[in-house]
Amino acid sequence: MKSIQATMAGTVLQVMVSEGDRVESGQDVVLLESMKMEVPVQAEEGGTVSAVKVEVGSFVSDGDILIELDD
Amino acid sequence: MHDSRIRHYEEEVERIRKGGAPKYHEKLKAQNKLFVRRRLELLFDGVFQLEDGFFANAAEENLPADGVVTAIGKVNGQTVCVMANDSTVKAGSWGARTVEKIIRIQETAEKLKVPLIYLVDSAGARITDQIEMFPGRRGAGRIFYNQVKLSGVIPQVCVLFGPSAAGGAYIPAFCDTVIMVDKNASMYLGSPRMAEMVIGEKVSLEEMGGARMHCSISGCGDVLASDEEEAIASARRYLSYFPARYTEKPAPCESRQPVADAGKISDIVPDNQNAPFDMMQFIEALIDEGSFYEMKKGFAKELITGFARLDGKVIGIVANQSKVKGGVLFVDTADKAARFITLCDAFNIPLLFLADVPGFMIGTQTERAGMIRHGAKMIAAMSEATVPKISVVVRKAYGAGLYAMAGPAFEPDCCLALPTAQIAVMGPEAAVNAVYGNKIAQLEGAERVKFIQEKREEYKKDIDIYRLASELVVDGIVAPDDLREELINRFEAYADKDVTFSRRKHPVYPV
Repeated sequence: MKSIQATMAGTVLQVMVSEGDRVESGQDVVLLESMKMEVPVQAEEGGTVSAVKVEVGSFVSDGDILIELDD
Repeated sequence: MHDSRIRHYEEEVERIRKGGAPKYHEKLKAQNKLFVRRRLELLFDGVFQLEDGFFANAAEENLPADGVVTAIGKVNGQTVCVMANDSTVKAGSWGARTVEKIIRIQETAEKLKVPLIYLVDSAGARITDQIEMFPGRRGAGRIFYNQVKLSGVIPQVCVLFGPSAAGGAYIPAFCDTVIMVDKNASMYLGSPRMAEMVIGEKVSLEEMGGARMHCSISGCGDVLASDEEEAIASARRYLSYFPARYTEKPAPCESRQPVADAGKISDIVPDNQNAPFDMMQFIEALIDEGSFYEMKKGFAKELITGFARLDGKVIGIVANQSKVKGGVLFVDTADKAARFITLCDAFNIPLLFLADVPGFMIGTQTERAGMIRHGAKMIAAMSEATVPKISVVVRKAYGAGLYAMAGPAFEPDCCLALPTAQIAVMGPEAAVNAVYGNKIAQLEGAERVKFIQEKREEYKKDIDIYRLASELVVDGIVAPDDLREELINRFEAYADKDVTFSRRKHPVYPV
């Protein structure tokens, strides 16, 4: 199983995918807000979303899992 | 002279030129590597090449040249010195004469004050020869001592083709710049075998010390090349941005317009301070077409560093990339910037800062990682730089981010602002919260929203860029599409700047 992790600490502003969605490598999946900036988080590899681990307003640290993917 | 002497000489030369046994050449091919003498052909202009110590260890049948070629040649018309490991000879390992040859070519480079290039592909010390090559005055330690001494005097570049193991890993570490060949180059103090034996870790070489890792995570690598030809071409190109020594300036070349499809700067920068945009596009719209040589492209990508040409003249660019991590400065970002600024300043390469920075990262994670002490390195390096130094506030420059990007207090030759610039201790959102936090907490609903909105607008007026220009905080406001012209003229005006930063032995560096 692959996962998409937060690239920096911040608050989840928007979750752009739902369970069962197909994502491609490089696609924006979560928008974080950090240091008053919008910080898009991208999928490094493609896959199908098997779980969304955060919701709007969640605080995440660098490296926290945001989304889990199946091949 | 008797024919037999000539014949013997020719046979010896032929034997040594071939390097190690055929089976090791086969191995090179299988690894997609080139023979050391082929690498030198690719590196040098034409055939001009002088070699010393060719007959080193000639009595040892299987140690031609003692596993290293040391030569003087030309790159882009400039004389350079080179040491190049021969991995067909005992895996490029170091014996006593190998080390002596390396030290001598360093001494030559020092005397001639010419760039020194290290073509590294070596398994490390020959343990069997350790007493002769490891601990003494002219043992391997002297190589690193010399590198440190030569740092900032002449450019030192490493192209890493294979391993640089244990102590040998410090050759790249003490070079200004390390170009690594993907999949083949590696740097590590202890091999995976040793890691398993000593600390119990099971790990692959690629994961622990591979080129890709060093160019993206550790920051030990500066440029990742896909093969050896590309790596050597990259080293030649890199050197075209440098003078031969610290007392000279880089050579200009013909001016070119920015790439045709770069777009207009006025279209590239969004008005919304919080929305990311691609700073690379901004740079392309500013500089001569095809002139960007990016350093540490894969490492701390929230900051772009690289050499470019503006009207044919070399500059170094330090630019915040809001597309990655909001362009915030982290621990690694500060290191990347400090290193690049120091490199430019050492070799008289003028600096251009393009600021669009929300500040240094806050929060537990980065505080624990020593954000303050790392940030101090960047600010120190930028302060000390006495080359022509221009700071352009592209969009926001908040908090110590303004300082780190050569803000007005840090003696830039000028601090210019685009009409989109916003300079403040912090952005409007955070500032209103900080000042009116208690009041906001007492309000509710629409009243609260209205209050926040009003205060934010008030704050924005307070930090309006025309107000800051009127207070002489910035030296000027420039129309985005006139920026290239303005910078060309400014850098020309500042070209002969002559400043001594401070008289002392050396600063107490923040590390």
